[in-house]
Amino acid sequence: MEKLDEIQKRMIEELSGLHEVPVGAYNFRANSKLAGRNTTANIDIISKDDGSGIDIRIKPGTVKESVHIPVVISASGIKETVYNDFYVGEGSDVVIVAGCGIHNCGNQDSQHDGIHRFHIEKNAKVKYVEKHYGSGDGNGKRLLNPVTEVYMEEGSSLEMEMVQIKGVDSTSRKTYAKLAAGCKMVVQERLMTHGEQYAYSLYDVSLDGDGSAADVVSRSVARDTSVQKLDLLVKGNAACSGHTECDSIIMDQGKILAVPALEAHSVDAQLVHEAAIGKIAGEQIDKLMTLGLTEQEAEEQIVNGFLR
Amino acid sequence: MLELKDVSFVVEENGGEKSIIDRLNLKIDDGKFTVITGPNGGGKSTLAKIIAGIKQPTSGQILLDGTDITGMSVTERANLGIGYAFQQPVRFKGIRVIDLLRIAAGKDLKIPEACKFLSEVGLCARDYIDREINASLSGGELKRIEIATVIARQAKVALFDEPEAGIDLWSFQNLIRIFERLGSEKSDRTIVIISHQERILKIADEIIVLADGKVKAQGASEEILPTILGTSSAVDACSLLTKEGGEI
Ligand SMILES: Nc1ncnc2c1ncn2[C@@H]1O[C@H](COP(=O)(O)OP(=O)(O)OP(=O)(O)O)[C@@H](O)[C@H]1O
Ligand SMILES: [Mg+2]
Repeated sequence: MEKLDEIQKRMIEELSGLHEVPVGAYNFRANSKLAGRNTTANIDIISKDDGSGIDIRIKPGTVKESVHIPVVISASGIKETVYNDFYVGEGSDVVIVAGCGIHNCGNQDSQHDGIHRFHIEKNAKVKYVEKHYGSGDGNGKRLLNPVTEVYMEEGSSLEMEMVQIKGVDSTSRKTYAKLAAGCKMVVQERLMTHGEQYAYSLYDVSLDGDGSAADVVSRSVARDTSVQKLDLLVKGNAACSGHTECDSIIMDQGKILAVPALEAHSVDAQLVHEAAIGKIAGEQIDKLMTLGLTEQEAEEQIVNGFLR
Repeated sequence: MLELKDVSFVVEENGGEKSIIDRLNLKIDDGKFTVITGPNGGGKSTLAKIIAGIKQPTSGQILLDGTDITGMSVTERANLGIGYAFQQPVRFKGIRVIDLLRIAAGKDLKIPEACKFLSEVGLCARDYIDREINASLSGGELKRIEIATVIARQAKVALFDEPEAGIDLWSFQNLIRIFERLGSEKSDRTIVIISHQERILKIADEIIVLADGKVKAQGASEEILPTILGTSSAVDACSLLTKEGGEI
């Protein structure tokens, strides 16, 4: 097992707010190698036989436990694809924190493509937090292309917090979900791009069972000459309710393409979408300046608040 | 002392020019409680924004304690001690009440300190401190938070633009108490309130009547008040209130 160095520790802190080794189950991956693992009586983490990733198995009825699976890349030129499968047992209630940080000081591109599959059994409750972060000042690009697939059994619920605020040059994030009867899914995405970054984010949520509900909200900020495309699609295939919302602040020469979309395949589907793109309101800046902030500080506060 | 010399604010309208503030001259003394009143559209808010630096006058000068501040930014004026509570407070997605109070105070206010400002404007601090200043706040709540931000700034010149608008009857008396306390706390503090309320006009040291972008009258409250009561410049709040709400 590899030991974490200082850069890697800092990245993990950034990703998961962890200053020390967490209690509960965890799996640290650094530069494509295992750097630490802990399992508990209820949560098992097993490497896949072919080495392509890990299986996380959470026993039915596991409550108030957490799993951390941060990934850190600090060497230049690493390209990897990792498959992580989460099996969340019936009636459990857990927090899963994932995230990927790339620190690239070299001249070669570094890329991490994580494929996360969630198999959430009946009446289980999951809170999933995913943070992506890039740093380093080399010419090598930092690329992240996560794919998340969610399969929810009856009565389960999932809350997702998907955050990418800094330093990722190019990203294509795709999330697919299928909800059975009585399932609830709430997504809060926070995205910021700057420089010449490009971000594509897709959500494709199928409400397949009666009484299922999804609320997918994306807030984003595009600065400098960065470009964002947001595709938020909710499909209603039963007596369900769905809401999608893209709310974006555009700055400098940024570009944003927001496409909230609805598909109804049942007369009992109730679907709503909203989208708004605009620059920071002048009066917001005025107000903060009357409180003593400079124009730039005011902008920072407004953007930070918006992405909170 | 705050002094405006020959200040004009002209906007373009339908190809022509429209004068919102018209060669206005004004002196507001330190330590006084001044109320500016006048008809809707008379230029009161525009004047306040010109003083705060949010709007640049087309011509003229603004002096604070003899220093010309006309060319200064909003930020510089704020740091010189000018505070302004907006007539229509601004909402912010994601910024919480505590965040705004911290920005206003210019330091990392402790929760109890921040709560003090909220209690002062009659909000139960515990319920509001973590609320976002977004569309979920009612008009009156927003207005009170706006006032709290200006109190937190400890401004030397504090401008309140129709602070009573949207505030319920019960709180009205408390609001007046805030202004009295602000005035007594620092003897050289200048409080300027834009208002249509007789009850606020009555506690003023000085009243300025602004109409058509010009000062129509300025003087001691006892002197000006009788001349404007019953005109459109002031709404007789008391008679309205007692009819509807009884005791206040
Ligand atoms: N940028 C502008 N362009 C055109 N007209 C303007 C502009 N700014 C202000 N005005 C006009 O100037 C006049 C004065 O506005 P102001 O908001 O200062 O009035 P006020 O005295 O505060 O009124 P109220 O009592 O209703 O708050 C109004 O007729 C308003 O429509
Ligand atoms: Mg006004």
